[in-house]
Amino acid sequence: MALSDADTIRRTYWRENRRWMLILGSIGFVVSLGCGVLWVEPLNQIRLGGFKLGFWFAQQGAIYAFIILIFTYARVMARLEKRLGLEEPEA
Amino acid sequence: MSLTETTYWVVGASFALYMLIAIRSRAGTTQEFYVAGKGIHPVANGMATAADWMSAASFISMAGLIGLSYNGYGGSVFLMGWTGGYVILAMLIAPYLRKYGKFTVPEFIGDRYYSDAARVVAVICLIICSVTYVIGQMKGIGVAFSRFLETDYETGLFSGMFIVFFYAVLGGMKGITYTQIAQFCVLIFAYTVPAIFISLQLTGQPIPQLGLGSTLADGTYLLQKLDQTLLDLGFQEYTTSVRGSTLNMAAFTASLMIGTAGLPHVIIRFFTVPTVRAARASAGWALLFIAVLYTTAPAVAAMARLNIMQTLAPEPGQHLAIEERPAWFKNWEQTGLLGIDDKNGDGLIQYSADPETNELVKLDNDILVLANPEIANLPNWVIALVAAGGLAAALSTAAGLLLAISSAISHDLLKRTLMPDISERQELMASRLAMGVAVLGAGYLGLNPPGFAAGTVALAFGLAAASLFPALLLGIFSKRVTREGAILGMLAGIGVTLAYVFQHKGIMFIPGTGFLGDLPPNWFFGIEPNAFGVVGALVNFTVSLFVSRLTAPPPESVQQLVEDIRIPVSPRSS
Repeated sequence: MALSDADTIRRTYWRENRRWMLILGSIGFVVSLGCGVLWVEPLNQIRLGGFKLGFWFAQQGAIYAFIILIFTYARVMARLEKRLGLEEPEA
Repeated sequence: MSLTETTYWVVGASFALYMLIAIRSRAGTTQEFYVAGKGIHPVANGMATAADWMSAASFISMAGLIGLSYNGYGGSVFLMGWTGGYVILAMLIAPYLRKYGKFTVPEFIGDRYYSDAARVVAVICLIICSVTYVIGQMKGIGVAFSRFLETDYETGLFSGMFIVFFYAVLGGMKGITYTQIAQFCVLIFAYTVPAIFISLQLTGQPIPQLGLGSTLADGTYLLQKLDQTLLDLGFQEYTTSVRGSTLNMAAFTASLMIGTAGLPHVIIRFFTVPTVRAARASAGWALLFIAVLYTTAPAVAAMARLNIMQTLAPEPGQHLAIEERPAWFKNWEQTGLLGIDDKNGDGLIQYSADPETNELVKLDNDILVLANPEIANLPNWVIALVAAGGLAAALSTAAGLLLAISSAISHDLLKRTLMPDISERQELMASRLAMGVAVLGAGYLGLNPPGFAAGTVALAFGLAAASLFPALLLGIFSKRVTREGAILGMLAGIGVTLAYVFQHKGIMFIPGTGFLGDLPPNWFFGIEPNAFGVVGALVNFTVSLFVSRLTAPPPESVQQLVEDIRIPVSPRSS
């Protein structure tokens, strides 16, 4: 891929960014509104130690997943910026 | 040393620390006053954001809200909503506003929508959200003082105002940031220590998050025992009782998520880090620090609820005699958080779900956190720590809100709209003055809370979700949305949300003026007023996009601004 002109770099960066937002955002949606609310009843049939699984997602699991999602996003974006030469100078 | 003396020492020491930090971090420029010079390390900003975010309500009330009012599973909306917002913030809002690189949220809306009118509408939305929120914090300060330090409410409120005044006027965002870091340490320590003890006592497991899924001394799982005890008393099962309907829970969670991502006092924290990359990482750290409390809270909720019920009814059918109630029970009766009424005159306390026969007539949400150390027989210094923690939570959030309000006034209204010619020094002076006035105003509202103040923190989220969040999101992700679209969208979103809340809760919350009644059958698809922000946001999006199609596209310079904020640095052509 020729990353020579500024316009291509901009477009590549924005396309990749949106792709990651879509992927990670969907996972966030699935673990919270999905596992914690919409599908909570079937998931509650499964047990995780003393937890019903749906209940666990709603009160613990979703939060842990959110943390992982944000750090993943921060990491992939930093890597993308490095690849495209868009790193900010350290202040 | 008596409990009150210990509490004075612990709270006094924490206040002395905040003052010391304030003196060492005075602001010398508007950049320092508004955004702490943009030099805060992402981890430090994460901690400050966590303190900024976790309010008196999170610290004192949330466990009770989950464990009592929402009966367990239903309370998950707060846990998921108030943390999921950070995912939205980290991906959709914070990096781009940090790149934009100025001082306030209305400033971005004014520039992006090339209009002073849009700026002023945003200032109004910001003030409505932040003022409703700050009243709760001021009340929290007064209440914490009066309960733990045995002062009256006014004295407590004035002491809190004095401290906030001192470090917020002197240091602005710079002073607030460093005090918030200290306040985070105080509040998180104060929250987790009693939780660890109670988890150890009930389950033998020191980590409350794991204790929640562990077994009790008799070998049954804690949550199973809790479900069974509640069923025996006529309540719904703890782990499955839904709030309203599945749709209502989803709407409530979504409203809290996007409201979180639209609250100006949270967004401006991300203006203080040096780079876009740091803003993203900082959101992760913020959520990590928040999660320490937010994953502990549901454990505290379940364990404290079980503890209270086992005190009242050690075995099914067996009831605590009024004569034999423990000392902590009597202490909290005096504060009005607990109340009994021996309706059948048998000298026993019958606790049940039936309001006709239930004799525990008052069981306040706050009791789950406040009385926890006493119920678990913890030493005095732990109880004193809970007082200092509650105050730290209220003070740190109040300061963040007051900064959002005062910077909107001194920067957006004064410098950017009314008096653009004032110098840097004059603006700094004006921002200090605005901060002073905001503190006094908040104090006044804390002393004379308007009738509608009780349920308004949840409302602040609905309003932020319906007004500011869509304007910010569209401003970043669309180049085509115009000033007319944004202004009408914000007005429509906030209008629809307020109208829905007022028609069910009363106009300006005055009882009796609601014309549809606060009854679930009248709710729009069964969505309760506090959960309506997401519908308001959809209205905002629709209006903004529709009106934008009918109006002339934004000028070239604005489209260029959008291009620029989407990317951390401009690419070099080679």
